[in-house]
Amino acid sequence: MATLHTRASARLMMSPAVIVLFIWMIVPLALTIYYSFLDYNLLTPGAHNFIGFTNYRFFLTDPAFLTSIWNTLLLVVGVLLITIVGGIALALLIDQPIYGQGIVRILVIAPFFVMPTVSALVWKNMFMNPVNGLFAWIAHLFGLQPIDWLAQVPLLSIILIVAWGWLPFATLIILTALQSLDEEQKEAAEMDGAGIVSQFIYITLPHLARAITVVILIETIFLLSIFAEILVTTNGGPGTDTTNLTYLVYSQALLQFDVGGASAGGIVAIILANIVALFLLRIVGKNLEA
Amino acid sequence: MARSVTRRRKITFTIIAWVVALLIFFPILWTVLTSFKTEGDAVAVPPHFLFFHWTTENYAEVWSRSNYVLYFWNSVVISIGSTIIGLIIAIPAAWAMAFSPTKRTKDVLMWMLSTKMMPAVGVLVPIYLIFKNTGLLDTRTGLVIIMTLINLPIIVWMLFTYFKEIPNDILEAARMDGATLGKELLYILTPMAIPGIASTLLLNIILAWNEAFWTLNLTASNAGPLTAFIASFSAPEGLFYAKLSAASTMAIAPILIMGWFSQKQLVRGLTFGAVK
Repeated sequence: MATLHTRASARLMMSPAVIVLFIWMIVPLALTIYYSFLDYNLLTPGAHNFIGFTNYRFFLTDPAFLTSIWNTLLLVVGVLLITIVGGIALALLIDQPIYGQGIVRILVIAPFFVMPTVSALVWKNMFMNPVNGLFAWIAHLFGLQPIDWLAQVPLLSIILIVAWGWLPFATLIILTALQSLDEEQKEAAEMDGAGIVSQFIYITLPHLARAITVVILIETIFLLSIFAEILVTTNGGPGTDTTNLTYLVYSQALLQFDVGGASAGGIVAIILANIVALFLLRIVGKNLEA
Repeated sequence: MARSVTRRRKITFTIIAWVVALLIFFPILWTVLTSFKTEGDAVAVPPHFLFFHWTTENYAEVWSRSNYVLYFWNSVVISIGSTIIGLIIAIPAAWAMAFSPTKRTKDVLMWMLSTKMMPAVGVLVPIYLIFKNTGLLDTRTGLVIIMTLINLPIIVWMLFTYFKEIPNDILEAARMDGATLGKELLYILTPMAIPGIASTLLLNIILAWNEAFWTLNLTASNAGPLTAFIASFSAPEGLFYAKLSAASTMAIAPILIMGWFSQKQLVRGLTFGAVK
Protein backbone atom coordinates (compact mmCIF):
# COMPACT_ATOMS: atom_id res chain seq x y z
CA MET A 1 0.00 0.00 0.00
CA ALA A 2 2.94 2.24 -0.61
CA THR A 3 1.68 5.58 -1.80
CA LEU A 4 3.47 7.71 -4.33
CA HIS A 5 4.54 9.93 -1.49
CA THR A 6 6.15 7.21 0.59
CA ARG A 7 7.78 5.70 -2.47
CA ALA A 8 9.38 9.02 -3.31
CA SER A 9 10.59 9.54 0.22
CA ALA A 10 11.89 5.97 0.33
CA ARG A 11 13.95 6.69 -2.74
CA LEU A 12 15.22 9.86 -1.14
CA MET A 13 16.18 7.99 2.01
CA MET A 14 18.08 5.37 0.08
CA SER A 15 19.90 7.70 -2.24
CA PRO A 16 22.82 8.77 -0.01
CA ALA A 17 23.84 5.17 0.64
CA VAL A 18 23.35 4.14 -2.96
CA ILE A 19 25.16 7.14 -4.41
CA VAL A 20 28.09 6.88 -2.02
CA LEU A 21 28.54 3.17 -2.69
CA PHE A 22 28.12 3.65 -6.42
CA ILE A 23 30.89 6.25 -6.51
CA TRP A 24 33.04 4.04 -4.29
CA MET A 25 32.56 1.17 -6.70
CA ILE A 26 32.91 2.99 -10.00
CA VAL A 27 35.53 5.72 -9.61
CA PRO A 28 38.45 3.70 -8.21
CA LEU A 29 37.65 0.83 -10.56
CA ALA A 30 37.65 3.11 -13.60
CA LEU A 31 40.92 4.68 -12.48
CA THR A 32 42.53 1.30 -11.91
CA ILE A 33 41.56 0.23 -15.41
CA TYR A 34 42.87 3.49 -16.81
CA TYR A 35 46.22 3.28 -14.99
CA SER A 36 46.65 -0.33 -15.97
CA PHE A 37 47.20 0.74 -19.58
CA LEU A 38 49.78 3.40 -18.76
CA ASP A 39 53.53 3.34 -18.43
CA TYR A 40 53.37 5.01 -15.04
CA ASN A 41 55.97 4.71 -12.30
CA LEU A 42 56.09 7.18 -9.44
CA LEU A 43 59.88 7.13 -9.56
CA THR A 44 60.09 8.14 -13.21
CA PRO A 45 58.41 11.49 -13.72
CA GLY A 46 57.19 12.58 -17.11
CA ALA A 47 54.46 11.65 -19.50
CA HIS A 48 52.52 8.49 -18.81
CA ASN A 49 52.28 6.87 -22.19
CA PHE A 50 49.54 4.53 -23.21
CA ILE A 51 51.12 1.12 -23.62
CA GLY A 52 48.18 -1.17 -24.21
CA PHE A 53 48.31 -4.51 -22.50
CA THR A 54 52.02 -4.45 -21.73
CA ASN A 55 51.44 -4.17 -17.99
CA TYR A 56 49.15 -7.17 -18.11
CA ARG A 57 51.65 -9.17 -20.11
CA PHE A 58 54.38 -8.42 -17.59
CA PHE A 59 52.18 -9.15 -14.63
CA LEU A 60 50.76 -12.40 -15.97
CA THR A 61 54.10 -13.76 -17.15
CA ASP A 62 55.88 -12.88 -13.92
CA PRO A 63 56.72 -16.20 -12.26
CA ALA A 64 55.64 -14.62 -8.98
CA PHE A 65 52.12 -14.35 -10.37
CA LEU A 66 51.51 -18.09 -10.64
CA THR A 67 53.15 -18.63 -7.27
CA SER A 68 50.90 -16.00 -5.75
CA ILE A 69 47.78 -17.60 -7.22
CA TRP A 70 48.82 -20.95 -5.85
CA ASN A 71 49.61 -19.45 -2.44
CA THR A 72 46.30 -17.62 -2.36
CA LEU A 73 44.51 -20.86 -3.14
CA LEU A 74 46.40 -22.84 -0.49
CA LEU A 75 45.79 -20.13 2.07
CA VAL A 76 42.04 -19.98 1.43
CA VAL A 77 41.51 -23.75 1.19
CA GLY A 78 43.80 -24.51 4.12
CA VAL A 79 42.12 -22.06 6.45
CA LEU A 80 38.66 -23.12 5.31
CA LEU A 81 39.42 -26.78 5.97
CA ILE A 82 40.82 -26.16 9.43
CA THR A 83 38.13 -23.75 10.51
CA ILE A 84 35.19 -25.78 9.22
CA VAL A 85 36.29 -29.18 10.47
CA GLY A 86 37.50 -27.64 13.72
CA GLY A 87 34.44 -25.45 13.95
CA ILE A 88 32.03 -28.36 13.63
CA ALA A 89 33.93 -30.36 16.24
CA LEU A 90 34.08 -27.44 18.63
CA ALA A 91 30.47 -26.49 18.15
CA LEU A 92 29.35 -30.07 18.82
CA LEU A 93 31.48 -30.09 21.96
CA ILE A 94 30.19 -26.78 23.31
CA ASP A 95 26.63 -27.78 22.49
CA GLN A 96 26.86 -30.70 24.92
CA PRO A 97 25.48 -30.15 28.39
CA ILE A 98 28.63 -29.01 30.19
CA TYR A 99 29.48 -26.97 33.24
CA GLY A 100 30.41 -23.37 32.51
CA GLN A 101 29.19 -23.38 28.94
CA GLY A 102 29.04 -19.60 28.83
CA ILE A 103 32.66 -19.21 29.86
CA VAL A 104 33.85 -21.88 27.44
CA ARG A 105 32.05 -20.04 24.68
CA ILE A 106 33.63 -16.74 25.64
CA LEU A 107 37.11 -18.28 25.67
CA VAL A 108 36.61 -19.92 22.30
CA ILE A 109 35.39 -16.86 20.44
CA ALA A 110 38.05 -14.53 21.86
CA PRO A 111 40.62 -14.96 19.06
CA PHE A 112 38.21 -13.44 16.57
CA PHE A 113 38.54 -10.08 18.26
CA VAL A 114 42.32 -10.00 18.15
CA MET A 115 43.57 -7.66 15.46
CA PRO A 116 45.59 -9.39 12.72
CA THR A 117 48.83 -7.60 13.45
CA VAL A 118 48.70 -8.64 17.11
CA SER A 119 47.91 -12.28 16.43
CA ALA A 120 50.57 -12.53 13.74
CA LEU A 121 53.31 -11.02 15.88
CA VAL A 122 52.38 -12.93 19.01
CA TRP A 123 52.43 -16.22 17.11
CA LYS A 124 55.58 -15.33 15.24
CA ASN A 125 57.62 -14.30 18.26
CA MET A 126 56.24 -16.05 21.27
CA PHE A 127 55.23 -19.37 19.73
CA MET A 128 57.00 -19.99 16.44
CA ASN A 129 60.39 -18.47 17.22
CA PRO A 130 62.91 -21.34 16.93
CA VAL A 131 64.97 -20.19 19.92
CA ASN A 132 62.65 -18.92 22.62
CA GLY A 133 59.21 -19.69 21.24
CA LEU A 134 56.91 -22.02 23.14
CA PHE A 135 56.79 -24.52 20.27
CA ALA A 136 60.57 -24.83 20.38
CA TRP A 137 60.40 -25.50 24.10
CA ILE A 138 57.70 -28.16 23.57
CA ALA A 139 59.82 -29.78 20.85
CA HIS A 140 62.74 -29.92 23.27
CA LEU A 141 60.55 -31.54 25.90
CA PHE A 142 59.94 -34.37 23.48
CA GLY A 143 63.56 -34.49 22.48
CA LEU A 144 62.86 -33.14 19.00
CA GLN A 145 64.73 -30.58 16.99
CA PRO A 146 62.62 -27.40 17.01
CA ILE A 147 61.72 -26.13 13.58
CA ASP A 148 61.96 -22.56 12.41
CA TRP A 149 58.31 -22.28 11.50
CA LEU A 150 58.30 -19.12 9.44
CA ALA A 151 61.48 -20.05 7.58
CA GLN A 152 60.88 -23.76 6.98
CA VAL A 153 57.09 -23.96 6.59
CA PRO A 154 56.16 -20.30 6.11
CA LEU A 155 52.86 -20.75 4.34
CA LEU A 156 51.66 -23.40 6.77
CA SER A 157 52.59 -21.09 9.64
CA ILE A 158 50.52 -18.29 8.17
CA ILE A 159 47.64 -20.67 7.53
CA LEU A 160 47.75 -21.67 11.21
CA ILE A 161 47.86 -18.07 12.41
CA VAL A 162 44.94 -17.04 10.23
CA ALA A 163 42.97 -20.18 11.04
CA TRP A 164 43.31 -19.46 14.76
CA GLY A 165 41.59 -16.12 14.18
CA TRP A 166 38.78 -17.55 12.03
CA LEU A 167 38.08 -20.74 13.96
CA PRO A 168 35.87 -18.85 16.44
CA PHE A 169 33.83 -17.38 13.61
CA ALA A 170 33.09 -20.80 12.10
CA THR A 171 32.43 -22.27 15.54
CA LEU A 172 30.06 -19.52 16.55
CA ILE A 173 27.99 -19.71 13.37
CA ILE A 174 27.82 -23.49 13.36
CA LEU A 175 26.96 -23.46 17.05
CA THR A 176 24.13 -21.01 16.42
CA ALA A 177 22.77 -23.30 13.72
CA LEU A 178 23.23 -26.35 15.92
CA GLN A 179 21.16 -24.81 18.69
CA SER A 180 18.20 -24.47 16.37
CA LEU A 181 18.27 -28.20 15.63
CA ASP A 182 15.12 -29.96 16.67
CA GLU A 183 15.95 -32.21 19.62
CA GLU A 184 12.90 -34.37 19.03
CA GLN A 185 14.14 -35.31 15.61
CA LYS A 186 17.33 -36.62 17.12
CA GLU A 187 15.49 -38.44 19.85
CA ALA A 188 13.24 -40.09 17.30
CA ALA A 189 16.25 -41.20 15.33
CA GLU A 190 17.82 -42.54 18.49
CA MET A 191 14.64 -44.53 19.21
CA ASP A 192 14.87 -45.99 15.75
CA GLY A 193 18.31 -47.21 16.65
CA ALA A 194 20.42 -44.70 14.75
CA GLY A 195 23.91 -44.50 16.17
CA ILE A 196 25.73 -41.28 16.96
CA VAL A 197 27.59 -41.34 13.66
CA SER A 198 24.56 -41.87 11.45
CA GLN A 199 22.64 -39.29 13.46
CA PHE A 200 25.40 -36.84 12.71
CA ILE A 201 25.55 -37.68 9.01
CA TYR A 202 21.82 -37.84 8.31
CA ILE A 203 20.40 -35.26 10.68
CA THR A 204 22.99 -32.85 12.05
CA LEU A 205 25.11 -32.32 8.95
CA PRO A 206 22.22 -31.56 6.56
CA HIS A 207 20.86 -29.14 9.13
CA LEU A 208 24.23 -27.39 9.25
CA ALA A 209 24.56 -27.15 5.45
CA ARG A 210 23.30 -23.60 5.32
CA ALA A 211 25.54 -22.38 8.12
CA ILE A 212 28.59 -24.07 6.61
CA THR A 213 27.82 -22.51 3.24
CA VAL A 214 27.64 -19.10 4.85
CA VAL A 215 30.96 -19.69 6.59
CA ILE A 216 32.62 -20.69 3.32
CA LEU A 217 31.24 -17.67 1.50
CA ILE A 218 32.16 -15.07 4.08
CA GLU A 219 35.53 -16.50 5.02
CA THR A 220 36.50 -16.71 1.36
CA ILE A 221 35.76 -13.03 0.84
CA PHE A 222 38.05 -12.11 3.70
CA LEU A 223 40.71 -14.77 3.11
CA LEU A 224 41.30 -13.71 -0.49
CA SER A 225 42.53 -10.42 0.94
CA ILE A 226 44.83 -11.66 3.69
CA PHE A 227 47.48 -9.02 4.04
CA ALA A 228 48.53 -7.89 7.51
CA GLU A 229 49.53 -11.35 8.71
CA ILE A 230 51.92 -11.70 5.77
CA LEU A 231 53.27 -8.19 6.05
CA VAL A 232 54.33 -8.46 9.67
CA THR A 233 55.60 -12.06 9.65
CA THR A 234 57.34 -12.89 6.38
CA ASN A 235 56.99 -9.93 4.04
CA GLY A 236 55.88 -12.42 1.43
CA GLY A 237 59.05 -14.48 1.73
CA PRO A 238 61.26 -16.35 1.89
CA GLY A 239 61.46 -15.50 -1.81
CA THR A 240 57.83 -15.47 -2.83
CA ASP A 241 56.84 -18.46 -0.71
CA THR A 242 54.12 -16.60 1.16
CA THR A 243 53.24 -13.96 -1.41
CA ASN A 244 49.55 -14.07 -2.16
CA LEU A 245 47.87 -12.02 -4.86
CA THR A 246 47.06 -9.19 -2.47
CA TYR A 247 50.62 -8.97 -1.26
CA LEU A 248 52.03 -9.16 -4.78
CA VAL A 249 49.96 -6.20 -5.95
CA TYR A 250 50.80 -4.29 -2.77
CA SER A 251 54.52 -4.79 -3.32
CA GLN A 252 54.28 -3.60 -6.92
CA ALA A 253 52.36 -0.53 -5.90
CA LEU A 254 53.92 0.64 -2.67
CA LEU A 255 57.36 -0.95 -2.75
CA GLN A 256 58.19 -0.62 -6.45
CA PHE A 257 55.93 2.37 -7.13
CA ASP A 258 54.84 0.77 -10.39
CA VAL A 259 51.39 2.29 -10.71
CA GLY A 260 50.70 0.76 -14.12
CA GLY A 261 51.84 -2.74 -13.22
CA ALA A 262 50.10 -2.74 -9.85
CA SER A 263 46.88 -1.55 -11.48
CA ALA A 264 47.03 -4.38 -13.98
CA GLY A 265 47.54 -6.74 -11.05
CA GLY A 266 44.64 -5.13 -9.24
CA ILE A 267 42.35 -5.73 -12.21
CA VAL A 268 43.49 -9.34 -12.37
CA ALA A 269 42.70 -9.67 -8.66
CA ILE A 270 39.25 -8.17 -9.17
CA ILE A 271 38.48 -10.50 -12.08
CA LEU A 272 39.61 -13.55 -10.14
CA ALA A 273 37.66 -12.50 -7.04
CA ASN A 274 34.58 -12.06 -9.18
CA ILE A 275 34.97 -15.49 -10.74
CA VAL A 276 35.25 -16.98 -7.26
CA ALA A 277 32.27 -14.94 -6.08
CA LEU A 278 30.09 -16.01 -9.00
CA PHE A 279 31.10 -19.61 -8.62
CA LEU A 280 30.47 -19.48 -4.88
CA LEU A 281 27.19 -17.64 -5.13
CA ARG A 282 25.91 -20.17 -7.63
CA ILE A 283 26.66 -23.09 -5.34
CA VAL A 284 25.73 -21.20 -2.24
CA GLY A 285 22.61 -19.64 -3.76
CA LYS A 286 20.67 -22.89 -3.75
CA ASN A 287 21.44 -23.39 -0.11
CA LEU A 288 20.59 -19.87 0.90
CA GLU A 289 17.24 -19.59 -0.80
CA ALA A 290 15.69 -22.25 1.41
CA MET B 1 21.68 -45.54 37.08
CA ALA B 2 20.90 -43.52 33.98
CA ARG B 3 21.46 -40.36 35.93
CA SER B 4 24.98 -41.32 37.02
CA VAL B 5 25.87 -42.16 33.43
CA THR B 6 24.74 -38.77 32.15
CA ARG B 7 26.48 -37.09 35.03
CA ARG B 8 29.74 -38.81 34.22
CA ARG B 9 29.23 -37.96 30.60
CA LYS B 10 28.67 -34.36 31.52
CA ILE B 11 31.83 -34.23 33.59
CA THR B 12 33.86 -35.87 30.83
CA PHE B 13 32.61 -33.43 28.23
CA THR B 14 33.14 -30.55 30.60
CA ILE B 15 36.79 -31.48 31.04
CA ILE B 16 37.38 -31.91 27.29
CA ALA B 17 35.60 -28.66 26.47
CA TRP B 18 37.54 -26.67 29.06
CA VAL B 19 40.89 -28.07 27.95
CA VAL B 20 40.16 -27.26 24.32
CA ALA B 21 38.80 -23.82 25.15
CA LEU B 22 41.84 -22.97 27.26
CA LEU B 23 44.16 -24.13 24.48
CA ILE B 24 42.41 -21.87 22.01
CA PHE B 25 42.46 -18.98 24.44
CA PHE B 26 46.04 -19.67 25.49
CA PRO B 27 47.83 -17.29 23.06
CA ILE B 28 45.81 -14.40 24.49
CA LEU B 29 46.43 -15.51 28.05
CA TRP B 30 50.12 -15.92 27.30
CA THR B 31 50.27 -12.43 25.83
CA VAL B 32 48.67 -10.96 28.92
CA LEU B 33 51.01 -12.91 31.23
CA THR B 34 54.07 -11.92 29.23
CA SER B 35 53.08 -8.29 29.42
CA PHE B 36 53.73 -8.44 33.18
CA LYS B 37 57.17 -9.99 32.85
CA THR B 38 60.58 -8.41 32.60
CA GLU B 39 62.14 -8.73 29.15
CA GLY B 40 64.46 -11.36 30.58
CA ASP B 41 61.65 -13.49 31.92
CA ALA B 42 59.74 -13.05 28.68
CA VAL B 43 62.32 -14.93 26.61
CA ALA B 44 63.37 -17.39 29.30
CA VAL B 45 63.71 -21.04 28.28
CA PRO B 46 62.08 -23.01 29.83
CA PRO B 47 59.27 -20.45 30.01
CA HIS B 48 58.05 -19.07 33.32
CA PHE B 49 54.32 -19.58 33.51
CA LEU B 50 53.24 -17.92 36.72
CA PHE B 51 56.27 -17.72 38.93
CA PHE B 52 58.14 -14.74 37.70
CA HIS B 53 58.79 -11.24 38.87
CA TRP B 54 55.49 -9.47 38.16
CA THR B 55 55.92 -5.95 36.93
CA THR B 56 53.91 -3.26 35.24
CA GLU B 57 56.92 -1.43 33.90
CA ASN B 58 56.16 -2.52 30.32
CA TYR B 59 52.87 -0.73 30.41
CA ALA B 60 54.47 2.37 31.83
CA GLU B 61 57.17 2.26 29.20
CA VAL B 62 54.91 1.65 26.22
CA TRP B 63 52.60 4.34 27.48
CA SER B 64 55.31 6.97 27.90
CA ARG B 65 57.94 6.19 25.29
CA SER B 66 56.02 5.63 22.11
CA ASN B 67 53.17 7.79 20.96
CA TYR B 68 50.87 5.12 22.22
CA VAL B 69 48.21 7.59 23.25
CA LEU B 70 48.11 9.07 19.77
CA TYR B 71 47.70 5.65 18.15
CA PHE B 72 45.03 4.69 20.60
CA TRP B 73 43.18 7.93 19.98
CA ASN B 74 43.45 7.40 16.22
CA SER B 75 41.88 3.97 16.60
CA VAL B 76 39.07 5.43 18.65
CA VAL B 77 38.38 8.30 16.24
CA ILE B 78 38.56 6.14 13.13
CA SER B 79 36.42 3.28 14.37
CA ILE B 80 33.78 5.34 16.14
CA GLY B 81 33.77 8.15 13.57
CA SER B 82 33.33 5.85 10.60
CA THR B 83 30.65 3.87 12.40
CA ILE B 84 28.59 6.92 13.25
CA ILE B 85 28.82 8.41 9.77
CA GLY B 86 27.99 4.99 8.36
CA LEU B 87 24.93 4.75 10.57
CA ILE B 88 23.74 8.21 9.55
CA ILE B 89 23.89 7.21 5.90
CA ALA B 90 22.61 3.67 6.40
CA ILE B 91 19.70 4.13 8.80
CA PRO B 92 17.42 5.94 6.32
CA ALA B 93 18.38 3.51 3.56
CA ALA B 94 17.74 0.41 5.63
CA TRP B 95 14.56 1.94 6.98
CA ALA B 96 13.24 2.61 3.49
CA MET B 97 14.16 -0.85 2.26
CA ALA B 98 12.57 -2.54 5.24
CA PHE B 99 9.30 -0.63 5.25
CA SER B 100 8.75 0.57 1.69
CA PRO B 101 10.24 -2.31 -0.26
CA THR B 102 9.96 -2.26 -4.01
CA LYS B 103 10.70 -4.94 -6.57
CA ARG B 104 14.25 -3.74 -6.77
CA THR B 105 15.00 -3.65 -3.04
CA LYS B 106 16.48 -7.12 -3.03
CA ASP B 107 18.64 -6.29 -6.02
CA VAL B 108 19.92 -3.15 -4.32
CA LEU B 109 20.80 -5.14 -1.23
CA MET B 110 22.59 -7.80 -3.25
CA TRP B 111 24.43 -5.13 -5.18
CA MET B 112 25.59 -3.51 -1.94
CA LEU B 113 26.83 -6.88 -0.76
CA SER B 114 28.67 -7.37 -4.04
CA THR B 115 30.71 -4.23 -3.44
CA LYS B 116 32.15 -6.08 -0.44
CA MET B 117 33.48 -8.72 -2.79
CA MET B 118 35.74 -6.31 -4.60
CA PRO B 119 39.22 -7.07 -3.27
CA ALA B 120 40.70 -4.04 -1.55
CA VAL B 121 43.97 -4.43 -3.37
CA GLY B 122 42.17 -3.95 -6.68
CA VAL B 123 41.58 -0.31 -5.88
CA LEU B 124 44.66 0.32 -3.74
CA VAL B 125 46.51 2.26 -6.42
CA PRO B 126 43.87 4.89 -7.26
CA ILE B 127 42.88 5.37 -3.63
CA TYR B 128 46.50 5.80 -2.65
CA LEU B 129 47.08 8.33 -5.43
CA ILE B 130 43.86 10.23 -4.72
CA PHE B 131 44.81 10.41 -1.06
CA LYS B 132 48.31 11.51 -1.93
CA ASN B 133 47.13 14.26 -4.23
CA THR B 134 44.43 15.57 -1.93
CA GLY B 135 46.53 15.47 1.21
CA LEU B 136 44.35 12.79 2.80
CA LEU B 137 47.23 10.37 3.15
CA ASP B 138 48.00 9.69 6.79
CA THR B 139 45.04 11.69 8.07
CA ARG B 140 42.25 10.51 10.31
CA THR B 141 39.71 12.07 7.97
CA GLY B 142 40.95 9.95 5.10
CA LEU B 143 40.71 6.74 7.06
CA VAL B 144 37.29 7.60 8.43
CA ILE B 145 36.11 8.01 4.82
CA ILE B 146 37.56 4.66 3.74
CA MET B 147 36.26 2.79 6.79
CA THR B 148 32.81 4.25 6.28
CA LEU B 149 32.79 3.09 2.69
CA ILE B 150 34.05 -0.42 3.25
CA ASN B 151 31.68 -1.10 6.14
CA LEU B 152 28.61 0.66 4.78
CA PRO B 153 27.24 -2.48 3.07
CA ILE B 154 27.47 -4.44 6.31
CA ILE B 155 25.80 -1.64 8.26
CA VAL B 156 22.92 -1.40 5.79
CA TRP B 157 22.44 -5.16 5.73
CA MET B 158 22.54 -5.56 9.45
CA LEU B 159 20.14 -2.69 10.09
CA PHE B 160 17.87 -4.04 7.37
CA THR B 161 17.58 -7.43 9.06
CA TYR B 162 16.75 -5.75 12.37
CA PHE B 163 14.26 -3.28 10.94
CA LYS B 164 12.58 -6.08 9.04
CA GLU B 165 11.53 -7.52 12.37
CA ILE B 166 9.66 -4.42 13.48
CA PRO B 167 6.04 -5.28 12.74
CA ASN B 168 4.79 -3.34 9.76
CA ASP B 169 1.29 -3.02 11.25
CA ILE B 170 2.50 -0.54 13.80
CA LEU B 171 3.86 1.69 11.08
CA GLU B 172 0.69 1.39 9.03
CA ALA B 173 -1.33 2.38 12.06
CA ALA B 174 0.86 5.38 12.69
CA ARG B 175 0.53 6.45 9.08
CA MET B 176 -3.24 6.09 9.26
CA ASP B 177 -3.20 8.38 12.23
CA GLY B 178 -1.43 10.90 10.06
CA ALA B 179 2.07 10.57 11.44
CA THR B 180 4.56 12.42 9.32
CA LEU B 181 7.84 10.94 8.34
CA GLY B 182 9.57 12.86 11.09
CA LYS B 183 7.19 11.66 13.75
CA GLU B 184 7.36 8.16 12.36
CA LEU B 185 11.11 8.22 12.79
CA LEU B 186 11.04 9.81 16.20
CA TYR B 187 8.34 7.82 17.93
CA ILE B 188 8.51 4.47 16.20
CA LEU B 189 11.94 4.00 14.82
CA THR B 190 13.76 5.20 17.85
CA PRO B 191 12.35 2.99 20.58
CA MET B 192 11.95 -0.13 18.47
CA ALA B 193 15.13 0.12 16.50
CA ILE B 194 17.56 1.11 19.23
CA PRO B 195 18.65 -2.45 20.08
CA GLY B 196 19.38 -3.23 16.44
CA ILE B 197 21.23 0.03 15.95
CA ALA B 198 23.26 -0.56 19.10
CA SER B 199 24.31 -4.03 17.95
CA THR B 200 25.25 -2.70 14.54
CA LEU B 201 27.27 0.06 16.16
CA LEU B 202 29.13 -2.37 18.36
CA LEU B 203 29.99 -4.86 15.64
CA ASN B 204 31.05 -2.17 13.26
CA ILE B 205 33.38 -0.56 15.77
CA ILE B 206 34.99 -3.97 16.25
CA LEU B 207 35.44 -4.48 12.51
CA ALA B 208 36.85 -1.00 11.98
CA TRP B 209 39.16 -1.29 15.00
CA ASN B 210 40.73 -4.47 13.64
CA GLU B 211 40.86 -3.53 9.95
CA ALA B 212 44.42 -3.97 8.79
CA PHE B 213 44.69 -3.39 5.06
CA TRP B 214 43.80 0.24 4.55
CA THR B 215 45.05 1.30 7.96
CA LEU B 216 48.48 -0.15 7.19
CA ASN B 217 48.69 1.20 3.66
CA LEU B 218 47.28 4.68 4.07
CA THR B 219 48.84 5.80 7.32
CA ALA B 220 52.23 6.56 8.79
CA SER B 221 53.03 8.29 12.04
CA ASN B 222 50.20 10.82 12.17
CA ALA B 223 46.98 8.91 11.70
CA GLY B 224 48.16 5.35 12.30
CA PRO B 225 45.81 3.39 14.54
CA LEU B 226 46.81 0.54 16.84
CA THR B 227 47.02 -2.00 14.02
CA ALA B 228 49.82 0.09 12.53
CA PHE B 229 51.45 0.68 15.91
CA ILE B 230 51.65 -3.05 16.58
CA ALA B 231 52.92 -3.69 13.06
CA SER B 232 55.90 -1.46 13.86
CA PHE B 233 57.04 -4.17 16.28
CA SER B 234 57.73 -6.46 13.33
CA ALA B 235 61.07 -4.76 12.75
CA PRO B 236 63.90 -6.86 14.22
CA GLU B 237 64.97 -4.08 16.58
CA GLY B 238 61.45 -4.06 17.96
CA LEU B 239 61.69 -7.57 19.31
CA PHE B 240 60.85 -6.91 22.90
CA TYR B 241 58.35 -9.54 23.84
CA ALA B 242 57.18 -8.02 27.08
CA LYS B 243 56.62 -4.62 25.53
CA LEU B 244 54.99 -6.12 22.46
CA SER B 245 52.70 -8.02 24.82
CA ALA B 246 51.84 -4.96 26.86
CA ALA B 247 51.06 -2.96 23.73
CA SER B 248 49.04 -5.87 22.33
CA THR B 249 47.09 -6.35 25.52
CA MET B 250 46.10 -2.70 25.56
CA ALA B 251 45.19 -2.85 21.88
CA ILE B 252 42.91 -5.86 22.13
CA ALA B 253 41.41 -5.50 25.60
CA PRO B 254 38.69 -2.94 24.85
CA ILE B 255 37.60 -4.72 21.70
CA LEU B 256 37.66 -8.14 23.36
CA ILE B 257 35.29 -6.90 26.02
CA MET B 258 33.00 -5.31 23.46
CA GLY B 259 33.13 -8.48 21.42
CA TRP B 260 32.05 -10.62 24.33
CA PHE B 261 29.06 -8.38 24.82
CA SER B 262 28.10 -8.58 21.18
CA GLN B 263 28.66 -12.26 20.51
CA LYS B 264 25.04 -12.98 19.62
CA GLN B 265 24.80 -10.06 17.21
CA LEU B 266 28.10 -11.02 15.73
CA VAL B 267 26.68 -14.08 14.03
CA ARG B 268 23.82 -12.17 12.59
CA GLY B 269 25.87 -9.19 11.49
CA LEU B 270 28.63 -11.12 9.82
CA THR B 271 26.31 -13.49 8.01
CA PHE B 272 24.16 -10.65 6.71
CA GLY B 273 21.23 -12.08 8.60
CA ALA B 274 21.51 -15.48 6.93
CA VAL B 275 22.15 -17.25 10.23
CA LYS B 276 20.44 -16.06 13.39
